[in-house]
Amino acid sequence: MSKRPQQSAGKSILTFLRNNTVPLMFILICAVCIPISGFSPEYLLNEIITRLGRNAFLILSLLIPIMAGMGLNFGMTLGAMAGELALIFVSDWQIWGIPGVILAMIVSIPISVVLGLICGKILNMAKGREMITSYIISFFINGVYQLIVLYLMGSLIPIAHGSIKLPRGYGIRNTVSLLNMRQCIDNLLAIRIGTVKIPALTILIIIFMCLLIVWFRRTKLGQDMRAVGQDMQVARDAGIKVERTRIISIVISTVLAGFGMILYLQNIGNLSTYSAHSQVGMFCIAALLVGGASVDRASIGNVFLGVILFHTMFIVAPQAGAKITGDSMIGEYFRVFVSYGVITMALIMYEMKKRRQKGTTGELLALAQKEEEKHEQQA
Amino acid sequence: MKEKLTSFIASFGLPRLIITAFLLSLFILAPIVGVDLPMQITNVINRFSWNAVLVLAMVPMVHSGCGLNFGLPLGIISGLLGATLSLEFGFTGPMSFVMAVVISTPFAIVLGLGYGALLNRIKGGEMMIATYVGFSSVSFMCMMWLLLPYHKADMVWGLAGKGLRTTISLEGYYDKVLSNFLQINIGKVSIPTGALLLFALLAFGMWAFLHTKTGTAMTAVGSNPTFAQAAGIKVDKIRMLSVVMSTWLAAIGILVYEQGFGFIQLYMAPFYMALPAVSAILIGGATVNKATIMNVILGTFLFQGIVTMTPTVMNSVIHTDMSEVIRVIASNGMILYALTRKTEVSK
Repeated sequence: MSKRPQQSAGKSILTFLRNNTVPLMFILICAVCIPISGFSPEYLLNEIITRLGRNAFLILSLLIPIMAGMGLNFGMTLGAMAGELALIFVSDWQIWGIPGVILAMIVSIPISVVLGLICGKILNMAKGREMITSYIISFFINGVYQLIVLYLMGSLIPIAHGSIKLPRGYGIRNTVSLLNMRQCIDNLLAIRIGTVKIPALTILIIIFMCLLIVWFRRTKLGQDMRAVGQDMQVARDAGIKVERTRIISIVISTVLAGFGMILYLQNIGNLSTYSAHSQVGMFCIAALLVGGASVDRASIGNVFLGVILFHTMFIVAPQAGAKITGDSMIGEYFRVFVSYGVITMALIMYEMKKRRQKGTTGELLALAQKEEEKHEQQA
Repeated sequence: MKEKLTSFIASFGLPRLIITAFLLSLFILAPIVGVDLPMQITNVINRFSWNAVLVLAMVPMVHSGCGLNFGLPLGIISGLLGATLSLEFGFTGPMSFVMAVVISTPFAIVLGLGYGALLNRIKGGEMMIATYVGFSSVSFMCMMWLLLPYHKADMVWGLAGKGLRTTISLEGYYDKVLSNFLQINIGKVSIPTGALLLFALLAFGMWAFLHTKTGTAMTAVGSNPTFAQAAGIKVDKIRMLSVVMSTWLAAIGILVYEQGFGFIQLYMAPFYMALPAVSAILIGGATVNKATIMNVILGTFLFQGIVTMTPTVMNSVIHTDMSEVIRVIASNGMILYALTRKTEVSK
């Protein structure tokens, strides 16, 4: 950049600033809050790496629907619920450790696929408002999930083990202990540098997933999805089955979210049966947006930058808030506010951009129509 | 005959039919399983009177084509500001309710104007952004409730002497001021006349407004913005007006809710308050771009009927309380049904 002429460098810095407002703002927040919070660098680094391993896979599941032009998939909660159901079954069968995790992933696939198909079908009926619809779907399926876990498990669906059942004989307890598979993947091949633990295997899995996504983008299906995301009508004219492609993108996202949730929970070590999934969608989407993604464009780089920045803020905000105002709740509320604020800003920016584009394409269309009319008159 | 029936089902909507049938069966089942029916009817009427104004707040924005107002929490926050300030300034009894309405009005107008200006810039994506405007404003106010200099002893935390409590009792203030006004008791059934009267007044006002010149213009903007623009209606201005009206009604709505409930709920309480109101008006027969006063009345009655009746009746029948799950599935299912209808022209 230093070799470029002065003027264009200034200009490119300005566009860089404009395109990366959210990440830069977060770097600023973190830069202010880290010294105030008084955490040691080792502690902070350790926490960030833990959270990177915990959350990155979940956030990766959001990329494919964005590619297919379906916006932020609030329906990833469905995958999270599928993952939880699988974990409940696996812990009932008392299969622990890495085999347990792998089996849970396998069990989660059919559940995720069914939920993904339902979600995709409904979203195809609500084109143009996918996000609000997927958001309500997550609430709706949450109701169904509660019905299954709280009333049907143990009464209709056989649950053998008493330790995860409610005392009344059916329904699952509020927390299911996953102590026997806690961090089994993280600890295998873990590298320790001083006090910092690097869960190498988890990170390898995440890197493998990234490569898979890069590869997927180049396949025929990936190209089709991109085309559908650009313009549905054009894609349809080109012979792409638009509805089918959209459903596939949601199914893939749901399955990945299910895997992500299982990885997330094996790190945490216990499953809050009725609340673990409720905030997952919001935090993942906020993290992705903090990394500089928008509703119609997201890269793997956004995922990692987002996890690091968002979770640094998440770790330091309560402590920094307590130091500044003397009330720890302020920091808690602040980070919640920032999460929602970031999503709100990103949605507003996206809609405004879309409107501007629509304005210009509208004008072009009108021009083209006039031309056509002229031709018709001449004929 | 069969044709008539199918066309009736098509116009009424299958989910709505199921919900109505479900509520009817609850009413029939109640005396059989030994539930105190008059008591239940009183509950349903009471809850209707608490919630009806919040549901009414949906109407103006639906009419002007802004869709369902998922940003209802913004109006609720103006109401909460009015309520807490009225108490802080030392008003008591019925006067505190009047002052709460008076104080919340400017907040509702200012917030509504800002919210309306925002929604005018993002036409087509209103509902998602409204949801998140609601969420951000609630979480922002969580900080404010702690930081704003409130001092009244029965509102702040006892030990710290600052920061508002999560729930504030309204005893001695405006607890049940409307419900007890001209209350009618018929046997065991008691009717909260005051609250119903206020709702009737507001609903009539809304009905009358929709028949004025501005009101007709609002409907025109909602049904065909391009046509409205061509007819010389200032579309953005009308949309703005509808958003301000909706926000103000939400502020009044939460005050009416509080007087019935007896407590002010702060912090995360307003977070999900939009969803019951949205699903209530949809159950009443409204769509994403069409809503009448009748939809409001019917919808609130059906929704609150199910919320009140299910726990007691279900408890006596199968000895487990599945009401929460049924409420979640029914109300969100209703919203999904409305969102997937192809009635709205995409803008």
